[in-house]
Amino acid sequence: MLAILATLLGNTLLYATPLTFAALGGMFSERSGVVNIGLEGMMTMGAFVAAVISIATGNPWLGLFLAGAAGGILALLHAVASVTFRADQVVSGVAINFMANGFSMFMLYKIFGGGQTPHIQTKLVKLAVPGLAKIPYFGEALFNNYPTVYLAFIFTFAAWLVLYKTPFGLRVRAVGEHPLAADTVGINVFLIRYICVIVSGVLAGIGGAAVSIGIIAEFTEVTIAGQGFIALAAMIFGKWTPWGALGACIFFGAANALDAIGQSIGMIRYVNPAFFSMLPYLLTIIALAGFIGRANAPAADGKPYDKGH
Amino acid sequence: MVSLKPNSRKILELAGVPALAIVLGLVVGAIAMVWMGYSPVQGYRGLFAGIFGDSFSFGETIRSMTPLIYTGLAVAFAFKTGLFNIGVEGQFVLGMLAGALVGAALPGLPWLIHVMLAIGAGALAGACWAAIPGLLKGKFGVHEVITTIMLNYVSLILVNFLIRNYFRVTAQEATANVAPSADLTIVALKHLTGGARVHWGILIALLFMVAIAFILYRTTLGYEVRAVGFNPMAAQYGGINVTKNIVLAMLISGAVAGAGGAVEILGVFGRMAVSPVLPGVGFDGIAVALIGNNNPFGVLFGAFLFGALKTGAIQMQYQTQVPYAIIRVVIAGIVFFVATKEMVRWLLRLKRREA
Repeated sequence: MLAILATLLGNTLLYATPLTFAALGGMFSERSGVVNIGLEGMMTMGAFVAAVISIATGNPWLGLFLAGAAGGILALLHAVASVTFRADQVVSGVAINFMANGFSMFMLYKIFGGGQTPHIQTKLVKLAVPGLAKIPYFGEALFNNYPTVYLAFIFTFAAWLVLYKTPFGLRVRAVGEHPLAADTVGINVFLIRYICVIVSGVLAGIGGAAVSIGIIAEFTEVTIAGQGFIALAAMIFGKWTPWGALGACIFFGAANALDAIGQSIGMIRYVNPAFFSMLPYLLTIIALAGFIGRANAPAADGKPYDKGH
Repeated sequence: MVSLKPNSRKILELAGVPALAIVLGLVVGAIAMVWMGYSPVQGYRGLFAGIFGDSFSFGETIRSMTPLIYTGLAVAFAFKTGLFNIGVEGQFVLGMLAGALVGAALPGLPWLIHVMLAIGAGALAGACWAAIPGLLKGKFGVHEVITTIMLNYVSLILVNFLIRNYFRVTAQEATANVAPSADLTIVALKHLTGGARVHWGILIALLFMVAIAFILYRTTLGYEVRAVGFNPMAAQYGGINVTKNIVLAMLISGAVAGAGGAVEILGVFGRMAVSPVLPGVGFDGIAVALIGNNNPFGVLFGAFLFGALKTGAIQMQYQTQVPYAIIRVVIAGIVFFVATKEMVRWLLRLKRREA
């Protein structure tokens, strides 16, 4: 039983990791007032680039790094559209998702002649924390996991530090709540939003890489399949905060892990796995409706800022 | 009421932005092709041949634009009420299942009645599914973008679950075949076009288009939903029940999407199979509505454009080896440039100054 629980815990963290990166990214973007439903596309792009680079160079870390860069470039497009040209942020996000899907599939056919990469021989390898990994059962799950899992926790802490303990974080929050007031006291609203949107793309890109070279070892059209939207859900469920987002991602990761190993655990047998897959989406809707503590978006979320008015 | 005689500048802008966006989208595709070592001239020639080249291609273009008319109308109608229904995808999927089930049950009914029942079932399923975000928005003020995105994935999982556990008839995880009495195939046209899957759904889509245009511009309901979309506060002040109109608009939007799903099953697939991914036509509907400026007749144009691009792309890959996915890049480019119409207007002004 303990062994099953330990495996479950390890898988939970593994599945939560890509979501955490992307959810933290989404949080930065939305806290600055830019809705980012392009997370899905940015994850797709990251997953694709990480896979290709790992195969081409044999270096998964370079893949991870460039996945972040690719996500950032895609996010720059979103920023240009939604910040500079005041486009509808949802429409721009839709375009980003189309673009990532189309471009990655186009390149996939060009490079590999088909709809999927070969199996990636050089994906990220598990990293044991000396000493701690020796703890019976749970040491293996918690401290002998993929490096991206540890990074997700470090990034969450860093995001909390930046958002709540630095002048920059204060500016981000001010811009997301009341851009006009922030502008009046000399904060560059456009610059802050550009930075936050690009950061969201970088993080989502890394999140995508955490799937293609972290969990599975290939990239196909269905590699991301909705995980960007689950990350968006996690961010909302976590009420636009770093620890909240992490908690939601772990919870959704657990739903995913239960789904995966469900049949082997006693009472899970009676619950259809489809239920666990639906859970993140349903809970987010319930949370938004205010049935389990109201989730309120930043006040200026989704509204383009027009300096002229 | 809206002025029925827009001035020439307005027309130029209405047509100018989408036209330039289409050109820019094709340029983006061309750049990607050059970058990857393909010839864009050859690529686009193959694309064009794949759209108009022969009667089969043209028939397939009609087939692939058909569902886009429904999804485009669904997105556009909701948009007129100020609602962004990203859930058209999910409503379409539920419509597919309902259409498949009713289409397969009740064999032997007169054709017209069976068809109407099956499409009606699809519309009902889509409307029920859309009622959830509609009520949440109307009653609790929950933003429909997030709820509809979430419901898209719930619909996919739910439909797969239902087929696997309750409605499968074969080892292949699919529902029973649609009865001949609900088949929308136009046999004569199928022969004429060398096997293209053109079906009655296109004519039904045109009926839906006229109906939606009529509701929007010739009825009190249409006036009210447009007023709510234009300015909900002012509408409320003017005595219009905003909540009621939001829910109604979502119901109608979902019904059109669901009807489209049913038509797609009755006309093309003949049964509903388990699928790992959403069909995507609902998302395409967003692009269609955007390029058509959320006008029912504009939607027809948008559906033709994107239907043609999608069909032509398959032929293009066959003839010129340019991967068909390039067309999604082109579509993304078009959506992006329509979205950033400020940028496109800026470019238009720039061009005028040069002239």
